[in-house]
Amino acid sequence: MTAALALGDDALVLSHRLGEWAGHAPVLEEEVALANIALDLLGQARVLLSLAGDEDELAYLREERAFRNVQLVEQPNGDFAHTIARQLCFSTYQELLYERLARGGGPFAPLAAKAVKEVAYHRDHAEHWTLRLGDGTADSHERMRTALEALWRFTGELFEPVEGCEVEWDTLHADWLDRLTSVLKRATLEVPEGPRRGAWAAGAGRQGVHTESFGRMLAEMQHLHRSHPGATW
Amino acid sequence: MSGDRSGAWPLWEVFVRSRRGLSHTHAGSLHAPDAEMALRNARDLYTRRSEGVSIWVVPSTAVTASSPDEKDPFFEPSADKPYRHPTFYEIPEGVQHL
Amino acid sequence: MTTMAADAGAYEAVFDAALAADERIEPRDWMPDDYRASLVRQMAQHAHSEIIGMQPEANWITRAPSLRRKAILMAKVQDEAGHGLYLYSAAETLGTSRDELLDKLHSGRQKYSSIFNYPTLTWADMGAIGWLVDGAAITNQVPLCRCSYGPYARAMVRICKEESFHQRQGYELLLALSQGTEAQHAMAQDAVDRWWWPSLMMFGPPDDASAHSAQSMAWKIKRHSNDELRQRFVDICVPQAESLGLTLPDPDLRWNEERGHHDFGAIDWSEFHEVLRGNGPCNTQRISQRRRAHEEGAWVREAAAAYAAKHGEEQA
Repeated sequence: MTAALALGDDALVLSHRLGEWAGHAPVLEEEVALANIALDLLGQARVLLSLAGDEDELAYLREERAFRNVQLVEQPNGDFAHTIARQLCFSTYQELLYERLARGGGPFAPLAAKAVKEVAYHRDHAEHWTLRLGDGTADSHERMRTALEALWRFTGELFEPVEGCEVEWDTLHADWLDRLTSVLKRATLEVPEGPRRGAWAAGAGRQGVHTESFGRMLAEMQHLHRSHPGATW
Repeated sequence: MSGDRSGAWPLWEVFVRSRRGLSHTHAGSLHAPDAEMALRNARDLYTRRSEGVSIWVVPSTAVTASSPDEKDPFFEPSADKPYRHPTFYEIPEGVQHL
Repeated sequence: MTTMAADAGAYEAVFDAALAADERIEPRDWMPDDYRASLVRQMAQHAHSEIIGMQPEANWITRAPSLRRKAILMAKVQDEAGHGLYLYSAAETLGTSRDELLDKLHSGRQKYSSIFNYPTLTWADMGAIGWLVDGAAITNQVPLCRCSYGPYARAMVRICKEESFHQRQGYELLLALSQGTEAQHAMAQDAVDRWWWPSLMMFGPPDDASAHSAQSMAWKIKRHSNDELRQRFVDICVPQAESLGLTLPDPDLRWNEERGHHDFGAIDWSEFHEVLRGNGPCNTQRISQRRRAHEEGAWVREAAAAYAAKHGEEQA
């Protein structure tokens, strides 16, 4: 189940990154909001990974190379602007993808139909913050611009076809770019001009090739589980 | 922390309709920079266990309250009009649908 | 609007009568200054405890050993942020802003529960915190649902309802460890050994040494004495520990037929006072993380405020 792993790992890894915000958010209301999103994603990950096997074995016992998530979701939280930029790029993509999967009637349709409502809220949250950071103060504008530029090179991978997801990737990509362009414009930000992917023939996350910080993230996530082989929790 | 004051967010009162057929009830308050964010924060905070189907947010400063001094003139007159309440009336036993 | 001329004495009589009749005091009612100050102090300390209390548990979110446990822990830490917000909201009804209270927390002028100055060293601490720390908190909090101040009592009703899962998940977590491998069992016992005494201290100093207790009881802000609640907690925990297959670290713990309660050993109050004074293992760490989050978030809050100022008319 390539697709269940790809979509499940996306949700699992992003949920983990958002979980790192707990106790560090810029305002208490945002502690609650970020945790809501993280919990939604973790719920999606558990359903998807269970389609592919045992959720805990898959989450805790796979090596880095076996993870199929896009590199975008594993990027470190950075400041709040980086987190929001990552959320904007990913949740816009995820909503468009899940809308299509829900309509398509394939094996993911039931999950996608439920998840798309959650994801629409994540996208709404990211858009509202993009507007406020982009069109807030000079400082916040600059931080948001920097964050988008830094993450832009990880957005090309989102539209690489995933085996088992029967969607038209080209129109998904076009819709994504439209949506993002319009939000960024309203936020007085520009669509970055840089490349959409890193230049390396080895590929990226969907091929199991990840970025440096991902190994450290997995080490932290898997350490306890792996220290007690066969234990139940 | 001098930057704090300029970043202070106003207080909003939150009213939640817990299900269809009931009125919105005051749930508490929260801070938000504007109405749109107040609604979203209210959704996350006061309905995270599906406690609501509809939310109102009102700037706390927009609420006009009766002060304790006014308490008596405001509320005492109605206390002596028991005929406004159904239990005021004696109905013979067995009469139904009243 | 005419206002009735009534002197402070008449107001006080109304306040006293409301307390005597076990009615709730509401935000715009007249209340003695000390009652107000005492409430603000207690609600603030309670709210601070919720948000500082997120830290020791958030410490394990990224290492939770199963996805089910991870979801539970995230939801629990999120609830704590929510409970902090309910309590700050209740405190604001007395005219004290959250910013003001946070300033006092950050500058050390207001306290939070000392229990959160202890470290979470292993995964089993997530169980011990749920079972013992939340258990002690619930024992303290349930009576507060009948506290004389309306907004506080209402916040507590909501909090107690939501917290019912916190203690149960902790107990279940410890049970799984206790019945698991030898290493897991040892981890569970070690956590109970470290958290038992600090949990007993959560009820505060003995009644004869408690600074605020008597007045708080008279005002019905507090409903039971520290020692009374501590005894209740011990009596509840003893059979629960037995079912867990874990030992409570107190050689003097035994049933006293005559009293109908468990006797337990002397609490080391010097440790309590030292931790309260700032010398616990994590006092500095907790406050500095809290301050850092607040300071590093300042630009975000300012950006949102600036956006609201710019776009205020469009929305109205």
